Amino acid sequence: MKTYITDIAIIGGGPAGLAAAISAYENGVNVLLIERDFELGGILPQCIHNGFGLGIFDEELTGPEFAQRYINKVMEYKIPIMLNTMVLEIRPNKNILAVNKNEGAILVKPKAIILAMGCRERTRGNIRIPGTRPAGIYTAGLAQRLVNIEGLMPGKKFVILGSGDIGMIMARRLTLEGAEVKAVIEILPYTSGLIRNKVQCLDDFGIPLLLQHTIIEIKGKDRVESVVVSKVDENWEPIKGSEKSFECDTLLLSVGLIPENELSKTAGVELDPKTRGPIINNYFQTNVEGIFACGNVLHVNDLVDNVASEGTLTGEIAAKFIKKIIKIDKNFVQLLCGRNIGYVLPQKVNKTAFKNSVRFYMRVKKPENNVYINFKVNDKLIYKKFERFARPSEMLIIDLPKQDILIDNNILIEVIPKEKKSEN
Amino acid sequence: MEYDIAIIGAGISGAAIARELSKYSVKTILIEKNPSVSMGTTKANSGIIHGGYAAKNGTNKARFNVASLPLFEKVCNDLNVSYSKIGSFVVALEKDQIEKLYELKENGLKNGIKDFKIIEDPKKILKMEPNLNPNVCGVLYCPGAAIISPYELCINFVENAIINGLRFLPDSEVIEIKKEDKFKIIIRSGIEIKSNIVINAAGLYADKISSLVGLDYFKITPRKGEYVLFDKNVMKINHILFPVPTKISKGIVVSPTVSNNFFVGPNAKNIDDKEDISCTLDGLKEVIEGGKKLIPNLPLRDAITVFAGLRAVSNNNDFIIEQTEIDGFINVAGIQSPGLSSCLGIAVYVVDILKNIGINLRLKTDFIPTLDKPPHFAYLSPKDKDELIKKDENYGRVICRCETITEAEIRAAINSPLPARTLDDIKFRTRAGMGRCQGGFCTSRIISILCDELGKNPTEITKHGKGSELVIGTTKHLRRDTK
Ligand SMILES: Cc1cc2nc3c(=O)[nH]c(=O)nc-3n(C[C@H](O)[C@H](O)[C@H](O)COP(=O)(O)OP(=O)(O)OC[C@H]3O[C@@H](n4cnc5c(N)ncnc54)[C@H](O)[C@@H]3O)c2cc1C
Ligand SMILES: Cc1cc2nc3c(=O)[nH]c(=O)nc-3n(C[C@H](O)[C@H](O)[C@H](O)COP(=O)(O)OP(=O)(O)OC[C@H]3O[C@@H](n4cnc5c(N)ncnc54)[C@H](O)[C@@H]3O)c2cc1C
Repeated sequence: MKTYITDIAIIGGGPAGLAAAISAYENGVNVLLIERDFELGGILPQCIHNGFGLGIFDEELTGPEFAQRYINKVMEYKIPIMLNTMVLEIRPNKNILAVNKNEGAILVKPKAIILAMGCRERTRGNIRIPGTRPAGIYTAGLAQRLVNIEGLMPGKKFVILGSGDIGMIMARRLTLEGAEVKAVIEILPYTSGLIRNKVQCLDDFGIPLLLQHTIIEIKGKDRVESVVVSKVDENWEPIKGSEKSFECDTLLLSVGLIPENELSKTAGVELDPKTRGPIINNYFQTNVEGIFACGNVLHVNDLVDNVASEGTLTGEIAAKFIKKIIKIDKNFVQLLCGRNIGYVLPQKVNKTAFKNSVRFYMRVKKPENNVYINFKVNDKLIYKKFERFARPSEMLIIDLPKQDILIDNNILIEVIPKEKKSEN
Repeated sequence: MEYDIAIIGAGISGAAIARELSKYSVKTILIEKNPSVSMGTTKANSGIIHGGYAAKNGTNKARFNVASLPLFEKVCNDLNVSYSKIGSFVVALEKDQIEKLYELKENGLKNGIKDFKIIEDPKKILKMEPNLNPNVCGVLYCPGAAIISPYELCINFVENAIINGLRFLPDSEVIEIKKEDKFKIIIRSGIEIKSNIVINAAGLYADKISSLVGLDYFKITPRKGEYVLFDKNVMKINHILFPVPTKISKGIVVSPTVSNNFFVGPNAKNIDDKEDISCTLDGLKEVIEGGKKLIPNLPLRDAITVFAGLRAVSNNNDFIIEQTEIDGFINVAGIQSPGLSSCLGIAVYVVDILKNIGINLRLKTDFIPTLDKPPHFAYLSPKDKDELIKKDENYGRVICRCETITEAEIRAAINSPLPARTLDDIKFRTRAGMGRCQGGFCTSRIISILCDELGKNPTEITKHGKGSELVIGTTKHLRRDTK
């Protein structure tokens, strides 16, 4: 069996993996980038719309353009890449088993691993939609791949369940292709994707968005023929008598993404039930020493710019870790999710934070306006930040100055409305 | 087309009979209305080989279930079918249910089953099944109960029978049968088949087929059962778990599958429409509530799919397996649960019926009992994986990321004795698309492989036959159409 030895192996050639590869290389270590698809870029080659890159390049790029900037750097640096290569297993000793057509089974022995496998879409089964099981039910991402990569139209008349970003973007894309998008159905009282996408992809095209509705039945034996939509109450229970039928030949599902961590599990990486990604410390390191994670494998990001900057940081840390420039202390305090906090990353922080500040990524559970995000230790406020809008669809990023973290106790994060004074 | 024997229906009953008959020198045809085998009740059931204690003593169900049990291991070995004797629990959650366990045991003893016992020590039970409801007070433990892949068994029966001379005719709905000197079977497409013997194994439609020759003595009612299937590696379930049965049903089961998933279900509801395999809001609720009684911490967000199947219940509530008033017309009808567990015994018995009515059945000398299948790449050691890819590079491309199914396995399914032609065929043959992402990753890739092997366009590729096309055309064509 062919064996490769390298400093850092990066699994996944999406924006997270690409950015990590570049920055690790720039920090002076050998990198091997492994990607299962036939090209680099991860999910981006199929995201042919614009809106990428505002955070990093201060321009609006399409997905492929954004990816290309990173791919060019990888090429320029001649970073070794393996395409069409599926990683099947990561062992706790960090050996990686992968396969491809040309080399057969491959063993990679790195000093450190960066997990950058991205995420997968939630399916009909995950949310248990009743009804028949005909052809014509696709996740929005699969439909995006069919249309934008394979050049195939999955149907003519669509209903989209879920107002996730991919679903809304596909609503516009399909309309542009001449298909009819009858409605986007969302169980929550607000869209689960970005406001910008609701405006630009639904409102501008007159596509109805039905909030607090869900699909209670799919009909059709061979191909989808219609879906039955119902209003829901606050417990998401369908309200009898509110049913409406929409005739359609295709149902797209945009009902959420799940970090893809099957491999992480084989390596013994501990996952956070809230994010469904690895539990990490402020070095992006998982519980397994030398295994790092960044991008959508860690938590589902709404903006690719965040993904890439996470990758850049992780690449630098992993390189400095194997060069022993930074030593990662084993003692951590925990981050606890308080009022209206859905999740927070990292889940653990270290007293010896390595930059001047530590970046926290978090999402609220419910939308609220004019709030403080409070960081508390032992009921004492150590830091607060005002947010005009806090929405579940938009990740909050807060940089906490290093001196504020030098404490010995767990940190509680909570969202407190401005008028209602924090208990402190 | 002339045959000695025509079997109508390629579910587990028809397939088992076809395979049994392929041991003999007779000319047999298996006629199926769907594009593939196993697309009726056989694709959607619990996949349990019942231990033989539950079916009421004296019924055909008990007789054929018990007769089949000793035969499964060899058949599954020969035909490369996943089968695992994990044992079953009937779970008493209240003290007064223990009595029921003894009644079941009594019935089992009458049926001739010996290998089971009642355990009344909750500690011991919970050690064997740690996620079970901690209120358990006793179980009837039957180590002989097993799990199997019902469609794999069905597919492999037919593949093996084809190798041994069976003619399989898919896409062929029988709409008329005339009794002349021979039977004349008329297919919707217009094809006529002549045969000396007709074996009616048409599942839910066995009453209809029987009435085609004027035999109206039974009626089949569909009884729906719904399921929720869970991902691998999220919760360990060691045994098949039944609640204590009520008068009306065996109750909602929690059971592992041979591919390491587990399911809860089925409920039981009599319906009118024999095509209605939809899941309902209320039905799925009932299934989940039922499952929670046995496994309180059901990991609901790791559900990966829901499905439903229809039991073919005859009006006498038992299997009808007999030579009828019409010479050479044999009914294999009302094969509800435990039909899967009984298929081997039923097949042997049908051969006996044929011998009894004077059909000359000579064992072939060149019968091939085994079926070679491409290796399951996912389960090989790294070294074996490496060697396999060196032999056929298509093993080096993983198409289904969840189940680790390679391009080589998909191509092999398309080129097997029973060629896969649809997306569902690929799924039931290889498991590609059956995992947690339910085809999100592999669908577009499988469409291109099917196109490549079959010389078709993507618009001609279907999920499960005509009418279930997956894509409608290329991009831009809707724009052109509207111009
Ligand atoms: C369908 C979809 C549409 C999106 N649209 C937008 C948008 O319009 N705007 C926006 O800002 N963001 C969008 N996003 C989000 C953004 O694209 C993602 O946040 C970003 O691509 C995540 O980058 P990543 O590198 O973490 O993961 P990915 O881009 O998913 O890359 C992961 C890579 O890992 C590879 N991989 C996974 N497992 C293995 C393995 N076992 N072996 C080898 N390789 C493996 C995959 O093939 C993939 O190339 C979208 C996301 C999705 C899923
Ligand atoms: C919810 C549920 C759970 C079950 N669980 C178990 C279990 O755990 N263990 C067990 O032992 N049994 C179980 N069973 C029972 C078992 O699934 C059935 O007994 C078995 O699958 C019946 O197989 P069959 O071949 O008789 O019928 P089918 O599989 O329905 O096959 C009949 C075939 O005939 C074809 N056909 C019909 N009409 C025509 C026509 N006119 N022309 C040509 N072809 C035609 C159909 O297309 C079909 O393929 C369960 C059943 C259900 C519904």
